Amino acid sequence: MTETTAEARSGTERALTVGIGAGGLATADMVLNIGPQHPATHGVLRLRIVVDGERIVTAEPIIGYMHRGAEKLFEVRDYRQIIVLANRHDWLSAFSNELGVVLGVEQMLGMEVPTRAVWARTLLAELNRVLNHLMFLGSYPLELGAITPIFHAFREREELQAVMEEISGGRMHYMFNRVGGLKEDLPAGWLTRVETTIADVRKRIPDLERLIVGNEILEARTRQVGVLPREKVLAFGVSGPIARASGLDLDLRRDAPYLAYAELFCEGGPGRVVTRSAGDCLSRLEVLLEQVHVSLDLAQACVERLRGLPQGPINVKLPKVVKVPEGQIYCATENPLGLNGYYLVSRGDKTPWRLKLRSASFNNVSVLAEMLPGQLISDMVAILGSMFFVVGDIDK
Amino acid sequence: MTGLSLPFDLTLTIDPWLEVVLRAVAVLAAFLVLPLLVGQTEHKVMAHMQGRLGPMYAGGFHGWAQLVADGVKFVQKEDVTPARADRWVFRLAPAVALVPYLVALAVIPLSPTVVGADVDASALFVLAVIGVGIIGTLMAGWASANKYSLLGAMRAGAQLVSYELPMVLAVASVALAAGTLSLIGITAAWNPWWLLWQLPGGFVFLVSALAELQRPPFDMPVADSEIVFGAFTEYTGLRFAFFLLAEYAGIVVMSLLFAVLYLGGPAGWHADGLGWLWTLLKGFAVAVVVIWLRVSWPRMREDQLQRLAWVWLVPIALAQLALTAIVVVMTQ
Repeated sequence: MTETTAEARSGTERALTVGIGAGGLATADMVLNIGPQHPATHGVLRLRIVVDGERIVTAEPIIGYMHRGAEKLFEVRDYRQIIVLANRHDWLSAFSNELGVVLGVEQMLGMEVPTRAVWARTLLAELNRVLNHLMFLGSYPLELGAITPIFHAFREREELQAVMEEISGGRMHYMFNRVGGLKEDLPAGWLTRVETTIADVRKRIPDLERLIVGNEILEARTRQVGVLPREKVLAFGVSGPIARASGLDLDLRRDAPYLAYAELFCEGGPGRVVTRSAGDCLSRLEVLLEQVHVSLDLAQACVERLRGLPQGPINVKLPKVVKVPEGQIYCATENPLGLNGYYLVSRGDKTPWRLKLRSASFNNVSVLAEMLPGQLISDMVAILGSMFFVVGDIDK
Repeated sequence: MTGLSLPFDLTLTIDPWLEVVLRAVAVLAAFLVLPLLVGQTEHKVMAHMQGRLGPMYAGGFHGWAQLVADGVKFVQKEDVTPARADRWVFRLAPAVALVPYLVALAVIPLSPTVVGADVDASALFVLAVIGVGIIGTLMAGWASANKYSLLGAMRAGAQLVSYELPMVLAVASVALAAGTLSLIGITAAWNPWWLLWQLPGGFVFLVSALAELQRPPFDMPVADSEIVFGAFTEYTGLRFAFFLLAEYAGIVVMSLLFAVLYLGGPAGWHADGLGWLWTLLKGFAVAVVVIWLRVSWPRMREDQLQRLAWVWLVPIALAQLALTAIVVVMTQ
C-alpha cells in the first residue's frame, strides 16, 4: 500500500491513496483544459479546470489567444481608420463598436450630428443588437444539445443581415459610421424593407421561443444553475444582459442616453430595461430573449421617426485631416453584450495618443473563476454559454 | 431475415450448411443496409424539420448516396492510433461496439418465418447481447489515453446503471403477458389490446432504448459540446465509422425490437405474406420517432437521467409488471 500526498492546493492537502483497501478507492484530481480549441468556447478561450470526477474544483480562464493589439494599433491610425479596427473586437456588435469611437470623437470636436443620422444610427444599433442576440439564442441551445433553434435564429439573422447589407454593403463589419454621421443616406425604399423585416422577425420569433423557454429539459439544465449574485456582478464589473439577469438595473440607453435613446426611453416610449432577479442561466437567456422584442420595438419606432424627418444631410462634411483637440473623454455605450467604453486621450494629433478599450466580455468572463468551482462539467458548459461572450471582445 | 421474399421453403430444398451461410449473408446484408437507410432518413427528416434540404447532390436524386459517399471518405482516411493509447484495446473497441447489434439483428423476427436464427428465449438473448455493446464504449474511452474520452466512458458507465434495469423489467412484462420468452411467440400472442395494456411498459422501453443508444436527449456520453464526442474523440477513419454504424445499427435493432414487442411485429393486413414488411414499417416509424426526438430536445445531465430512471422508469416498469401479472392471473 503506497501513500503519497497530492500537491498542496489552496492550503488544504488531499491524500492520494493508490490501491484499494486501507485507503479506500484511489482518487485523484484531474486537470482538464477546456480549449483553446473546444466546441463550447466559441473560438479560443481556454479554461484550465481541475476536476474531481465531473465536479469542478478550480477554474481559471486563460485568455489572450486572440490578442490582436487593437489598442496599440489605434495609436497609429487616424480616426477614419480606427473605425475599421474598432468594429472588430466584438464581431457580433460591429455597428455598436463603431458608435463608441465616433461618438467620442464627435463630442471632442464639439460636432453637431444631423438628426437623420442620429435616428438612422439608433435604428442600425438596435438591428445590430437583435442580430447579436439571435446568434446567442441559437448557439446557447446548441451547447445544451438542442440542434434546431440555431436554424430558426439564423433564418431571422439572414433577413436582418439582408437589410444591413443593403445599406452598408457589409454583413458583419459594416463600417457605416463616419465621424459626423453615416457614410451614405438611406437607399430609396429601404425603410419599408426594414419595416417588413421587423414584422416578419417579430411574427416568427415565437417559433424560436417555444423551442427554447418552453422546453422542460432546457429549463432543468438552466434553472438554478450558475447563479451569479448581484454582489459578484458589482465586484467584477459584469454588465449587459448578464448583469441585468442578476437584478442590476443598469442600461446606458436609459441611464446615460446617447443617440436618440433619451426620447425612446422616456415616459411612454417603447424603450424599457429588461431585468430578472434570479441570476441563473435561465434568467440570462430570458433577458436576451426579451431584449430582442424590446429592440424590435425600438427599431420600429426609429423607422417611424425617420419617415417623418425631412430630407437633409446624413453626415457632416469633414476636413481632409481630422485632428481631435487636446483633451480626453470616456465614451461608453450599451453594447449588446454590455458596457463598451473608449477612453480617448488626444494630444491634438490626427491619431489618438491613447485609446483604451473597455470591452464587455472581458469583465463578464473573468467572473467565471468564481462561478465554476463546485459545478459539474455539464453545468460548466451551460454556464459558459450563458455568459454570452465573444472571444475577440475578451482578447481585443 | 432470409427468405426475404424467397418463394420456396429453404429447409426442404437447400443443404443445411448452405442455408446457414445464406442466412448469415442475408443478416449481414440487412445489417449493412438498414442502418444506412435510417441514417439517410435522419439526414433528410432532420433537415426538413429544420427548414433545410439536407444532402442533395450525392447520387443525383435527393442525395440518396450521401452515406455511401461518407463511407468511401471514411475508408480513405488515415487510421490513427494515438501514441499513448492501449493499442489493441483501442483498435478492438469499435468491433466490440458493433458486433452485438449484428448478433441481435440475427434473432429479431420480421415475421414467424423471416428470421435469421430462430432461438429459444430470443428476448432474453437480445437483451443480453445488446448489453455487451457498452463494453466497446468503455474500452474506447479507457484505451484512448484522452481525458475527454475517459469522461465519456465514465458517463456511459453511469448511464448503463439507469437504463438496463427498467428495460429488462419492461421486456419481462411483455414476456409475462405472452407467456413466452421467444420473440416469435410474443408476436404470435400479441393482440391490439396490448397497445393499451402494455403502454406504460412501452414508454419505459422507448426511453431506456434511447438511453442505451446514447441518442438525444440522453447523448451525454458523446456530448460534442461538452466532452467533444467522449469515447470517440481519438477515433478516425473506418474505426470511427464503425462507431457511427453501431449507433445506427442500434437504432435499427431497438426500433425493430419495439415493433416486435409492443406493436405486434408482423400483425397487419395480409400478415401471412406481408408480415415482414409490416415489422419493417413499424420499426421504421419508431426510428423516425427516435430521429424526431433528436431534433426537438436538448441534452439532459447524467444525474437527471439517473433521477428519471429511479424516480419514474423503474417504478412505472414495476407497476406495469404487477399489472401484467394480475391480468394474466385473472384471465387464465
